Amino acid sequence: MRVLFLGRLQDAAGCVEREVLAQPSVAALIAGFEPELAEALRSDKVRVAVNGVVGATALADGDEVAFLPAVSGG
Amino acid sequence: MAIDVRLLTAPFDPGAFVGPFANAHPGLGGICTFVGEVRDDGGVAALELTHYEPLTLPGMRALADAAVRRFDLMGLLMLHRVGLLRPGEPIVCVAAAALHRRGAIDAVDFAMDHLKSQAWLWKRERTAAGWRWVEPRAEDFADKARWDFRALT
Repeated sequence: MRVLFLGRLQDAAGCVEREVLAQPSVAALIAGFEPELAEALRSDKVRVAVNGVVGATALADGDEVAFLPAVSGG
Repeated sequence: MAIDVRLLTAPFDPGAFVGPFANAHPGLGGICTFVGEVRDDGGVAALELTHYEPLTLPGMRALADAAVRRFDLMGLLMLHRVGLLRPGEPIVCVAAAALHRRGAIDAVDFAMDHLKSQAWLWKRERTAAGWRWVEPRAEDFADKARWDFRALT
């Protein structure tokens, strides 16, 4: 599945996107990342979108997951 | 009724959009336009705006629809730049057409307050010290909150 890191999370991830093996849930996906990145992704300020739906938690193969830190606004 | 919402990836001339927008609404009473530019305060050499395709434009469209309903607009133009910008370049343009001035003016104010605090956009600026992510400001949330209680009246 494709994982995107928006805003400052791209610094924590060291990239804008990654291709990873399918995971059953957002929590499982996060648990598979490096500890520092996982911690950054678990912040209250980070929202998650699955295929463009904010707040989804279940995952299926082929999903696109985006980690969204607080927006800077326009 | 024309609702025109776009993300632009290259420098733009607001007048080139506002003119045709005005012409598309014969019989209007007034148009209010706001153009925001990248501030040149000396330290910032460039600004980069990132968006997320599935959320950013749909979110802006929903905001435009809400403004049109709330202020009884004839039309709304909402343009936002993404990508790399330099000081002096237009970054946002909102124009509202209405039968009466109050609706047009308030709609632009409403749209800008929501864009500033809610739009799915991430911004970083480059100074002599390197790139720095721009955090949301408390004033931006306070500006947006001005509109919340009015929804109840």
